[in-house]
Amino acid sequence: MAQIQVRDLVKTFKVARRKAGLFSALRGVFHRDYYTVRALDGISFDIGPGELVGYIGPNGAGKSTTIKVMSGILVPDSGSCRVMGLTPWQSRAQHVANLGVVFGQRTQLWWDVPVIDSFELLRDIYNVPHADYRRTLDDLNDCLSLGPLLEVPVRQLSLGQRIRCELAASLLHQPPVLFLDEPTIGLDAVSKLAVRQFIRHQNTFSGTTVILTTHDMDDIQALCSRVMLIANGSILFDGNVDKLKQSYVTEKRLKVEFLHPPHMTPLSDKVTIIENQGNRLELGFATGQLSVPQLVNQLAAMGEIKDIIVEEPPIEEVIAQVYEELGL
Amino acid sequence: MKAYLSIVRMRFIALLQYRTAAVAGVFTQFFFGFVMVMVIRQFFFSGDAQGAMSLAQAVTYIWLGQAMLGMMPWNGDNEVIAMIRDGNVAYELCRPLNIYTHWYCRLLALRTAPTLLRSLPIFLIAGLLPAGYNLQPPPSPAAFAAWLAAVAGALLLGCALSNIISISTLWTVAGEGMLRMLPALVIFFSGSLVPLPLFPQWAQAIVNFLPFAGLVDIPNQFFVGTLAPAVLPLMLLRQLAWTAVFVLIGAGLLRLATKRVVIQGG
Repeated sequence: MAQIQVRDLVKTFKVARRKAGLFSALRGVFHRDYYTVRALDGISFDIGPGELVGYIGPNGAGKSTTIKVMSGILVPDSGSCRVMGLTPWQSRAQHVANLGVVFGQRTQLWWDVPVIDSFELLRDIYNVPHADYRRTLDDLNDCLSLGPLLEVPVRQLSLGQRIRCELAASLLHQPPVLFLDEPTIGLDAVSKLAVRQFIRHQNTFSGTTVILTTHDMDDIQALCSRVMLIANGSILFDGNVDKLKQSYVTEKRLKVEFLHPPHMTPLSDKVTIIENQGNRLELGFATGQLSVPQLVNQLAAMGEIKDIIVEEPPIEEVIAQVYEELGL
Repeated sequence: MKAYLSIVRMRFIALLQYRTAAVAGVFTQFFFGFVMVMVIRQFFFSGDAQGAMSLAQAVTYIWLGQAMLGMMPWNGDNEVIAMIRDGNVAYELCRPLNIYTHWYCRLLALRTAPTLLRSLPIFLIAGLLPAGYNLQPPPSPAAFAAWLAAVAGALLLGCALSNIISISTLWTVAGEGMLRMLPALVIFFSGSLVPLPLFPQWAQAIVNFLPFAGLVDIPNQFFVGTLAPAVLPLMLLRQLAWTAVFVLIGAGLLRLATKRVVIQGG
């Protein structure tokens, strides 16, 4: 049985609307206009133990709403959700004991006290035996190199340091399920790598099921075997990253460098010239229409080739294209 | 249980860090104390205040009010309110704890740690002032013990009231209203401004019935001796009954709120 089972989840929000200006504000005292947003429009999915799932979608797609429903923070309008057999909003306290959460834009550590104090409080809150706590903390300490950070008040940590501590805080009770909501937001390259490495490590060695929402496609590429794409409250794609590319990548790039400036001859109309500069030529071509050898043959006729690179567009662009196609 | 104790302990320790705030508080309370003592002296010399309590008792009552001001539930837990505003409350809901009890525990620390820091210097210095301006010791050890017990009752009552303020901010608009309205009620009807025994005769029944007397007036009257230690059980009962009422209201509001809470943004 799936560890997380979501069926036909619907959540709507009422949003107050008011035109600018004093008159509308006064009118708003007596009468309010609302419109309804369907943040989740009947989503369903299953996640098995030990999966590492990337959950992506444009802003306002319903990612955070899904996470909040699965964490027991929000009650949906209809539909069901079972995490390890429990319905989050019904058995909240019992359910959250199985759960670690990191909201990248918020903090769970006490602002004015050293990190270690927050950790010890979490130990008591989750009722973690001292020996287990000690061992987990040592492990986390090794993986995230927290050492000197533990005695520093949270307000004096940099964002990268804080996120490392947040990750540790969410795992002190060794939860089988971990929700990460934009954990790499605002981090520099080095910190991002450290966070990714840690997430992978935690997933592999502790078998923690991880659901990760992010806007950083490198996170997805580096970590996730499976990706779910949500937009306008519906899941549009659910599968592995390569399949996502197959479904949506229709164009490849070919970069070629000649020994001398090539004698340009007209190429097939399926090929677009992206850049033509001296010895270098960058072409785009539709994958189904033309094969790479065919194209290389044509190019070889134009001059002596020094180097060839065939590239897929970066996943970032793929997603942007998907969003665009969907009119988002 | 251990979790809740840890929360109280942790918050208590964290609050003891704010020493500058405590020093500033001591100065402010001294200033207000002096102003109020001057006013009360004029009030007594004009001859309208005979019978209810002596001048010495009234002055002691005022200093007590200033020393214990940190316990007044005139606001909610600012950190909880900030969490509600900025959405960090999401984390609070992700803990295997009863949220009402969790926040109540935080308040227990919030109302005791700063009070401990501020009250001791005020007791000491106000006690050393010249006669007629000073805080006088309680008339008997029994009165002192009754005061301590009533202070504990006031603490429980005050935290239940403060928790309602914190929780009401889950309703953005109504919460703002509570934040502004409640302090006025609390300060006036608890006896922090004018000792309740000096209120006109016709108002006595009202102020004594209202919950706010349990916050300041009841403990203070035990200390100055206008209430006999023998009535302690009755007074504790009054404080605890109101505490129960406010706990029920607060927990009910919270249950309602968690059904409809929306963490906005991100």
